[in-house]
Amino acid sequence: MASTLFRTIQIHPFFLYPTALFSRRNGVLYCTMKSSQTQTATQEKQQPPKVKVPQHALKKTVDKITRDYEAIIGIETHVQLSTLTKAFCSCPYNYGSQPNTNICPICMGLPGALPVLNSKVIEFAVKLGLALNCKLSLNSKFDRKQYFYPDLPKGYQISQFDIPIATGGYVDLDLPLEFGGGHRKFGITRVHMEEDAGKLLHSGNGDYSQVDLNRAGVPLLEIVSEPDMRTGIEAAEYAAELQRVVRYLGISNGNMQEGSLRCDVNVSIRPVGQSEFGTKVEIKNLNSFSSINRAIDFEISRQALLHSQGQSDQIVQETRLWEEGAQKTVTMRKKEGLSDYRYFPEPNLPEVILTQEYVDSISNSLPELPEAKRRRYEKMGLSMQDVLFLANDMNVAEYFDETLSSGADIKLAANWIMGDIAAYMKNKKLSINDIKLTPQELAELIASIKSGTISGKIGKEILSELLAKGGTVKGLIEEKDLIQIADPVEIGKMIDKVISENPKQLEQYRSGKTKLQGFFAGQVMKLSKGKANPGLLNKILLEKLNGQS
Amino acid sequence: MLSTIQPPRYLSRFPLRGRTKSRSFHILSSAQPVTKTCFAADKSQILSIRDSLLNRHLSAVELTHSYLDRLKQTEPHINCFLHVSDPDKVLKQAQDIDDKIKRNEEVGPLAGVLVAIKDNICTADMPSTGGSYILEGYRPPFDATAVKRLKDLGAIVVGKTNLDEFGMGSTTEASAFKVTANPWDLSRVPGGSSGGSAASVSARQCVVSLGSDTGGSVRQPASFCGVVGLKPTYGRVSRFGLMAYASSLDVIGCFGSSVADTGILLHAISGHDSLDATSSKREVPDFTSQFTYASSLKSRPLEGLRVGLIRETVDAGVDSGVKSAIEGAAAHLEQLGCVLKEVSLPSFSLGLPAYYILASSESSSNLSRYDGVRYGNQASSDELNVLYEESRAKGFGSEVKMRILMGTYALSAGYYDAYYKRAQQVRTIIRKSFKAALDENDILISPAAPSAAYKIGEKKNDPLAMYAGDIMTVNVNLAGLPALVLPCGFVEGGAVGLPVGLQIIGAAFDEWCELPAKFAKHKCLLNGFFERNL
Repeated sequence: MASTLFRTIQIHPFFLYPTALFSRRNGVLYCTMKSSQTQTATQEKQQPPKVKVPQHALKKTVDKITRDYEAIIGIETHVQLSTLTKAFCSCPYNYGSQPNTNICPICMGLPGALPVLNSKVIEFAVKLGLALNCKLSLNSKFDRKQYFYPDLPKGYQISQFDIPIATGGYVDLDLPLEFGGGHRKFGITRVHMEEDAGKLLHSGNGDYSQVDLNRAGVPLLEIVSEPDMRTGIEAAEYAAELQRVVRYLGISNGNMQEGSLRCDVNVSIRPVGQSEFGTKVEIKNLNSFSSINRAIDFEISRQALLHSQGQSDQIVQETRLWEEGAQKTVTMRKKEGLSDYRYFPEPNLPEVILTQEYVDSISNSLPELPEAKRRRYEKMGLSMQDVLFLANDMNVAEYFDETLSSGADIKLAANWIMGDIAAYMKNKKLSINDIKLTPQELAELIASIKSGTISGKIGKEILSELLAKGGTVKGLIEEKDLIQIADPVEIGKMIDKVISENPKQLEQYRSGKTKLQGFFAGQVMKLSKGKANPGLLNKILLEKLNGQS
Repeated sequence: MLSTIQPPRYLSRFPLRGRTKSRSFHILSSAQPVTKTCFAADKSQILSIRDSLLNRHLSAVELTHSYLDRLKQTEPHINCFLHVSDPDKVLKQAQDIDDKIKRNEEVGPLAGVLVAIKDNICTADMPSTGGSYILEGYRPPFDATAVKRLKDLGAIVVGKTNLDEFGMGSTTEASAFKVTANPWDLSRVPGGSSGGSAASVSARQCVVSLGSDTGGSVRQPASFCGVVGLKPTYGRVSRFGLMAYASSLDVIGCFGSSVADTGILLHAISGHDSLDATSSKREVPDFTSQFTYASSLKSRPLEGLRVGLIRETVDAGVDSGVKSAIEGAAAHLEQLGCVLKEVSLPSFSLGLPAYYILASSESSSNLSRYDGVRYGNQASSDELNVLYEESRAKGFGSEVKMRILMGTYALSAGYYDAYYKRAQQVRTIIRKSFKAALDENDILISPAAPSAAYKIGEKKNDPLAMYAGDIMTVNVNLAGLPALVLPCGFVEGGAVGLPVGLQIIGAAFDEWCELPAKFAKHKCLLNGFFERNL
């Protein structure tokens, strides 16, 4: 229930000028807030009427116009860390819990409560900093970012301001082939640690809002990219790569639907050839990679259209919301100058001091990361499509690697995983960790086919059994007596039997209807219960059909 | 033996009673005439209570009754408390202690000791308002670590004492609820911000009390009220449960009627706390084991102790009576064998502006949580910003608002470097200069305040004059050092004179208890010297 509720909240238009009707019930936890809900709509109406053009024509025009502009895209990503407890207190955080059940005096900001840092947050930050090729600050600190909002219990967020824990890194990625492919390197400006705020649950009619502080104090890493991306797909792939990295590192579940990975995108455009940046617009409420892609492309078109109509002054610095239903961005709030967050060092927390030994020990414990994995697979001779498929999911990659280390042929292993096994998983809605076939048995299966112990056809048949029930390849082969018949004498006997039982067809064959070879082969295969070696079968069959036996 | 723990005789001379003539001074002598068994440490009321209880000379219930009676009698005149514990509950706790003693069970070292707690320190079973209307009626769901430790050792919380709102003030007049009077002269302020805690010990409404000290809030009222006040090293005592005013300066401190009592109290609340990342992991020495008998002391027991009198603190602007009391104390220290010299701290005068910038900046942030959303008084409004504005406008007093405004200004973009950052640089300089002075001296001495207690209302409309009164104490907070204030004389004023406090500043984590072995005894000596000085 709760998850549905939260998602509804996120999609619900944010009020521009929140008005509140707070009333506390049972003491402390709830407050209500009223919003003038028609604001967004009003804003839209106030915008100057656009030139009316038929939809398809508009699309064409925009595409053409867009080509004259270059988009500059930067992304701020918040990754919720999967620590057992919150950043500064010992409350657990479980997505979807009943509101205000995972709270304590510290994350509620009660008078006299003090934060104490969960050391896992540092460990995870260092891991991500290293994984994103950043320079780590051996001496960093926490600062307070101050503003008032009902979801922020202390009136400030503990964050990092002028000395983030990691700076100046980059991320490598390969665009999927269906989007043109190609390798990209995007800069990472900084990674810093901070705490999450609570959530406001807005009532259906917009009369009031309630505060849920379960999420308050959950550790986040904010990752700020350089404005290096140029298209929606690049931005979406950047976010997808971050998701892969945090999952590989095991520091977050990276789940966008649950808000464990949140992207705020900054988009500006400039005429091709111009060096100074245009006015940037921030887009929020991006709940999936495809919405990142589509929201950016929409925003680029919107801005390009305004530019081309001489209305570039209509592009103002603002925060816009992606509306999934309408597939467009709408104004959420306009920025009136820069906010002054009055940052200053958090006096309740000591400086964060990392020793080189600590950093080295974490560096040595890092798993193989997606980029390294892709390059390794590429060197193995796999196609980029195979590489992306296998390295995309850490568990799949691990499965693949284990299959290889059990001695399987690279290309065959890849094909089995991407083909029958992937189809099975998709069909049954399972992850690779749920299937019963172990990588060792997959390797065994591949080896059995390659060595001719069983036929490929039989292999496919027992695969489904192995996937669903487990067991060993050897066991199944023995149990079902599936070993391929590769003895020419035995096959010859079966062929003789089939030929003798079908004199009519033999007659027809010999009178020129050679297509009937397939019929004979099928009959023999049937007789052997699929175990006859097909190559051998065809060879002998041809001899017998053509020869005078 | 009841007399040993009854409020001392001076309270019978207490102006409240109207019998203000004819008295002799034994301010810190808690009880009886000096006998052979009376040692300096036995000026400790805590030790004498323990002694009386364990020897069955007195029951905890009797003891509690005597304090509660005293409290009931004096409180209407002094107004130390914002909340007094339910007498039945207090007596029940005393009865439990008596029962344990009767059964020969172990009781905690603070068993039966009545403690008053400053109201900005959270207590689970009673209101904790911080002296602010915005937290009127607020009851925290937890005990501050210091309070919890006292309770664990058997202490009984007698009530919550008045203070300047959230600790911001030097007179206790900035409380949202009441004005506390100085027991020495009811027309005068008890000092602040821990005025209620100081006055309650002075008036013997409790045995000891906890206060908090951000810029002198324990030491200045101790001076004004003629009690011993101890500000520990920053980090010595957990701040968990102390409503933050300026987090980098705040410490919980102790009031008692003797150095020994404050030492025992400090020992009880000290030590690392996993709930406060700034609390020190240093081992806490057992201060009480270092007390000794006065009679066993040689004639010059402080031989060789290097004492530095901070020149800048006895310059112009200091009341002449205060100055002569301090000079008298210094001379007495010399008689006890100390090597006295003047030291100069050129950065001393920079402390006041730096303190007010840093403290205001931190407070502007620390008080953001009082927004009326989750707890405390809430203005009713249909609009979020109006709710914030009204709740805070009505909830905070003018002194608090002024400091929030100052702090907000100092942290604003474009001013940060000129104010906050600069003040931090000054703080570093001050810390270094104290370190240097304490490398050359074992202790530094100064007045605790430039004057004795002044009249209620006298400086209310002159905040700058009131701020200037903090000159003696704020530097110590900026440097994070421990300091003890103890009465060292009197100046004219009131019916019987007004007490003057001597401030003794030590090196970090040297709360007068960790001096080298040869000086180990001087803690209790300070009591003796005080008495003589009178």
